[in-house]
Amino acid sequence: MSVDTSEVRRIAHLSRLAMNDDQARDFAGGLSDIFAFVEQLDGAAIEGVEPMAHPLDAEQRLRPDAVTEPDRRDAYQAIAPAVEGGLYLVPRVIE
Amino acid sequence: MAQETLSGWVRKLQAREISSRELTQLYLDRIERLDPQLNSFITVTAEQALAQADAADARLAQGEQTPLLGVPIAQKDIFCTEGVRTSCGSRMLDPFVSPYNATVVERMNAAGAVMLGKTNMDEFAMGSSNETSFYGPVRNPWDTERVPGGSSGGSAAAVGARLVPGATGTDTGGSIRQPAAFCGITGLKPTYGRVSRYGMIAFASSLDQGGPMAATAEDCGRMLNAMAGFDERDSTSVERPAEDFTAGLNQDLKGLRIGLPTEFFGEAGLDERVRGVIDAAIEVLKGRGAEVREVGLPNSHLSVPAYYVVAPAECSSNLARFDGVRYGYRCENPEDLMDLYTRSRGEGFGDEVKRRIMVGTYVLSAGYYDAYYLKAQKVRRIIADDFRRAFADVDVLLAPTTPELPFALGAKADPVSMYLSDIYTIAANLAGLPAMSLPAGEIDGLPVGLQLIGNYFDEARLLGVAHQYQQETDWHTRVPAAFA
Repeated sequence: MSVDTSEVRRIAHLSRLAMNDDQARDFAGGLSDIFAFVEQLDGAAIEGVEPMAHPLDAEQRLRPDAVTEPDRRDAYQAIAPAVEGGLYLVPRVIE
Repeated sequence: MAQETLSGWVRKLQAREISSRELTQLYLDRIERLDPQLNSFITVTAEQALAQADAADARLAQGEQTPLLGVPIAQKDIFCTEGVRTSCGSRMLDPFVSPYNATVVERMNAAGAVMLGKTNMDEFAMGSSNETSFYGPVRNPWDTERVPGGSSGGSAAAVGARLVPGATGTDTGGSIRQPAAFCGITGLKPTYGRVSRYGMIAFASSLDQGGPMAATAEDCGRMLNAMAGFDERDSTSVERPAEDFTAGLNQDLKGLRIGLPTEFFGEAGLDERVRGVIDAAIEVLKGRGAEVREVGLPNSHLSVPAYYVVAPAECSSNLARFDGVRYGYRCENPEDLMDLYTRSRGEGFGDEVKRRIMVGTYVLSAGYYDAYYLKAQKVRRIIADDFRRAFADVDVLLAPTTPELPFALGAKADPVSMYLSDIYTIAANLAGLPAMSLPAGEIDGLPVGLQLIGNYFDEARLLGVAHQYQQETDWHTRVPAAFA
């Protein structure tokens, strides 16, 4: 399968990656090669095979519903790009 | 001096022949003098290391004998270290000073290890040459015009040049074993779930596994003893009793059944000289009593294509957390929230990371899930089933680690040719099996790695086979001339 520049831009948007036309053109060849490469899977004998999500087929472990983590809000907010009054700041969303 | 192994240093420290401070200073001096040729460290934590060394010396004076007490190590910059920049090789995390320690870091601190710093790596562990790092490529100590492999290339180069006696790595598709092979050291990827992923920045969560990298199998066993163990903070951590991974070192090889997967020897692309090295290693193991037979892994040719669906899918999901809001890189003057997200990510990630996020986003997008992701998950099962059948007849599998010698910087410009350098390592990740690489020869002054793949939880046996091989050979003792 091959992807063109507009398809690359569509995937970039879904991926939340800013990308101009020149950059999209640069990615198109590599992405087309990768999609062509993974098409080898089409020949696999997988009729009736159960998909494998975990190497040991482990079940999700559950724990008691109890508080185990301390409040470290200050430490976590100290490394944020912009905070004010205990809140993370982003550009205005609602006018 | 630089020849001494991690295990040798532990013995010398316990015998009080050298203090941890002296040893730490010795390696810090080597890093300062020699690392400019390699770029294997992103961050050197000299002051903290000396403080840790003094604390270790005080504990040694009390007669304490914890497994890594006073011995210098390095952490791959994918493991979160409290108060120390944890970049993951990316501009995105260049400003990130972790507020907490990874479990691996906690456990190694508790075992008394002295951290010298954080090693360079491919960005977010995505690469096989260490050329995708935001901090510039790492160079191979055996030939600085060549790559050290990746993604744990900084750890491999640092240990190969003896700038540190041991370092951690992570292996999602070969990222411990391939650089270990390229830099002439020993590295082990444990069974999936052995080593906690808590605080290990996620790439592909169903494949990622941390492990040790050092000169010898004994060193790796000693490090793994400190690193491994159940952790309730990692939901995929395996609940098993603690195990001594050095317990099998002195087990002789009489009657050991070694399988040679025909597919790993027959395929085009295997350098004949590499094959010659592997054949010679097989003879050494036979000489110590091992029995060798061929086995089939008929679906192994599907490993790399399956991996390049599963790993990007998981990566696109894991890396969605980097949004420019809570930590890490944020673009200047965002116009609105969408601009904040897309430009922070567009400017913060490098090209290979973007490529994999886009592949993952595409294969998971509406209408394509069955054609790609579900199919790859099914292929993953038939690959794992091949191994199960093989291990019914043999105890370990033996193969080359890589099809070729360390390549020149810039030699693999197109993504798919780079991906194929992991052709022999990826299957073990898909199946979740333990696997290791150890030095087994040299061609034109470049090291060649031998790969051993074990059954689930059989790390002690793998390390034992490697140790027995290292009793008979001296490849693991060789240091590149410029760093001797």
